[in-house]
Amino acid sequence: MAKNDLISGSIWDEYSNQVVNRMNNPQHQGEITEERAKELGTKLIVADFGAESCGDAVRLYWAVNEKTDEIVESKFKSFGCGTAIASSDVMAELCVGKTVDEAVKITNIDVEKALRDNPDTPAVPPQKMHCSVMAYDVIKKAASEYKGVDMESFENEVIVCECARVSLGTIQEVIKLNDLKTVEQITDYTKAGAFCKSCIKPGGHEDKDIYLVDILKDTRALMEEEKMKEAADASENGELTFDKMTLVQRIKKIDSVLDEDIRPMLVMDGGNMEIIDIKDNIPHYDLYIRYLGSCSGCSSGSSGTLYAIESVLQQKIDENIRVLPI
Amino acid sequence: MEVYLDNNATTVVDPKAYEEMKPFFCDIYGNPNSLHKFGAGTHPKMVEALDFLYEGINAADEDDIIVTANATESNNTVIKGIWIDKILNGNKNHIITSEVEHPTITATCKFLETQGVSVTYLPVNEQGVLEASQVKEFIKDETALVSIMWANNETGKIFPIKEIGQICKEAGVAFHSDATQAIGKIPVDVQDCNLNYLSFSAHKFHGPKGVGGLYVKKGSEITPLLHGGEQMGGKRAGTVDVASMVGMGWAMHLATSTMALAYEKNHVSKLRDKLEDAILELPETIVIGGKDNRTPNTTLISIRGVEGESMLWDLNQQGIGASTGSACASEDLEANPVMNAFGSDSELAHTGVRFSLSRFNTEEQIDYAIQAVKNAVTRLRAISSSYAYAPKSHHSGL
Repeated sequence: MAKNDLISGSIWDEYSNQVVNRMNNPQHQGEITEERAKELGTKLIVADFGAESCGDAVRLYWAVNEKTDEIVESKFKSFGCGTAIASSDVMAELCVGKTVDEAVKITNIDVEKALRDNPDTPAVPPQKMHCSVMAYDVIKKAASEYKGVDMESFENEVIVCECARVSLGTIQEVIKLNDLKTVEQITDYTKAGAFCKSCIKPGGHEDKDIYLVDILKDTRALMEEEKMKEAADASENGELTFDKMTLVQRIKKIDSVLDEDIRPMLVMDGGNMEIIDIKDNIPHYDLYIRYLGSCSGCSSGSSGTLYAIESVLQQKIDENIRVLPI
Repeated sequence: MEVYLDNNATTVVDPKAYEEMKPFFCDIYGNPNSLHKFGAGTHPKMVEALDFLYEGINAADEDDIIVTANATESNNTVIKGIWIDKILNGNKNHIITSEVEHPTITATCKFLETQGVSVTYLPVNEQGVLEASQVKEFIKDETALVSIMWANNETGKIFPIKEIGQICKEAGVAFHSDATQAIGKIPVDVQDCNLNYLSFSAHKFHGPKGVGGLYVKKGSEITPLLHGGEQMGGKRAGTVDVASMVGMGWAMHLATSTMALAYEKNHVSKLRDKLEDAILELPETIVIGGKDNRTPNTTLISIRGVEGESMLWDLNQQGIGASTGSACASEDLEANPVMNAFGSDSELAHTGVRFSLSRFNTEEQIDYAIQAVKNAVTRLRAISSSYAYAPKSHHSGL
């Protein structure tokens, strides 16, 4: 929240002139009849997408030259708000002159960018991005009808954020590579969830098959699982270094060194020590310990004894271990 | 021509109310709490304003009408006050309201649910009206408050406040009504309806924005939302906006006199009906909730095949201001919750356009608006995919 967010303006003020002009006077609105398609020597394709009950519905007409697969003429009808009509208009325009295979590569991003007055200013406010998505979807529907295939066959990846065209694979990869822990971080890295926000969690204006919160949770769980498997494999192969160990493995390793090299000396003096926690504090590993018995009040616990413990652990396990008595 | 038909959103300030407000900006500007003559000089008109408010809703002298910033504050004060008085400090933990209340009620109740309060949201029937018997059915020992609007902001449908008040009285439950859309349109009498609390906003009845009122019946608990001063009998801290209070008082006076309400009933409703009937001559159009039992100025019309925001856009191009709660005009993009709530055809939920008139509209304006609506419908239906290919039979009403 900041100064510019305190007084919300009309969303109409955020429409580009292109959106306004196409809403007021769409150039490709209309239909293509069988007679017209024949006159052009083309095949007529009619595709519907969306529903009035959902607030947006579009019908796309193509006249396609079957010899070249070229879309010779393209028209639309649309039930929807101004941005839906403007998006449909530019979508129909972008189809003209392309082959069907080229047309299915037109994305909602292309549609939105074509509606911009200048390259750096979005044509519509974030919550209106979904209107251009519908225009994109109806192209796939028309192509599937022309080719007699399933609509999903044009989608190689599962698209999670349709506004920003971000795939499931990309999001999972970014989470893993950058060790992301929050949805806000995912949005910062990928723009997924930055626009209509429906893909963030259930409850947005559109129901989704998969949400960012679930992807984050599942990917984090997978990362943990992979980390454990890596640790187990490394252990089995005798290649297990401290940085690859799980927390339990680290405690066990430290405890074994303590039992062998440290505790016997402490016990001889009537004392002992226990591990409280180990925290990653890159590049260090902070080992929190508590002295027991006579060691708990010993002044050497924060000097000589402490240095001895730290030194042994650094030599025998990892040079980045730091010991912190509490 | 410019025609404003969005009076359920806000209204023009009545010129007489505006005239009465003006001296309080530069001439009579003292703090009303000051002892000196500059402050005391504000008092006569504040007293007059308060008298107008009491007369406007027929409050008794021993009751309180607290001047607030708006009905939002009044509604929050009642509901959060009940939470503090009867829920946090007692064993009552239940509020009853309806699904079609203004968000100032529903959002406040949703917040209280996060604090452990149980809330029942009663549905409305297919005419968009809450039936009083439902309230009776859901009242229980734990019920601390019933809050039901007097008239719906989208449809103008009038709720059975008198019957609900009687039910609450018999059950010993506090009763609140948000009368924001009722005052100045139909008679509002707090003593006739067993109300404990009633909320209103001045700008809905030709008063200024930023001022409202909260009626509190004598003996009804109320916890201030704002602390820090002794204004309004210690029930709402903060220096009173004298000019706004005076404007609200006069607006109330001008809007609730017998003559004004008769004008609403006879002349404003006649203009509304003229507009409505002309639109209904178009095929595939219906009045959402039907024509009966409405405030005289409001009609919510579904025009098949015409999405609400598109309609507003086209009307705006022709100088007409109207409203829609449908998906694309709002931030959250959800279909109109009022239309969804009373179970109208889901395909209609994105097609509703609300026209709300006032006594300042003229017949000439309505004639112009009728033509503008027809122009918009013709253009948008020519573009529409859903109207062109799935026409249904003509409806005259639900």
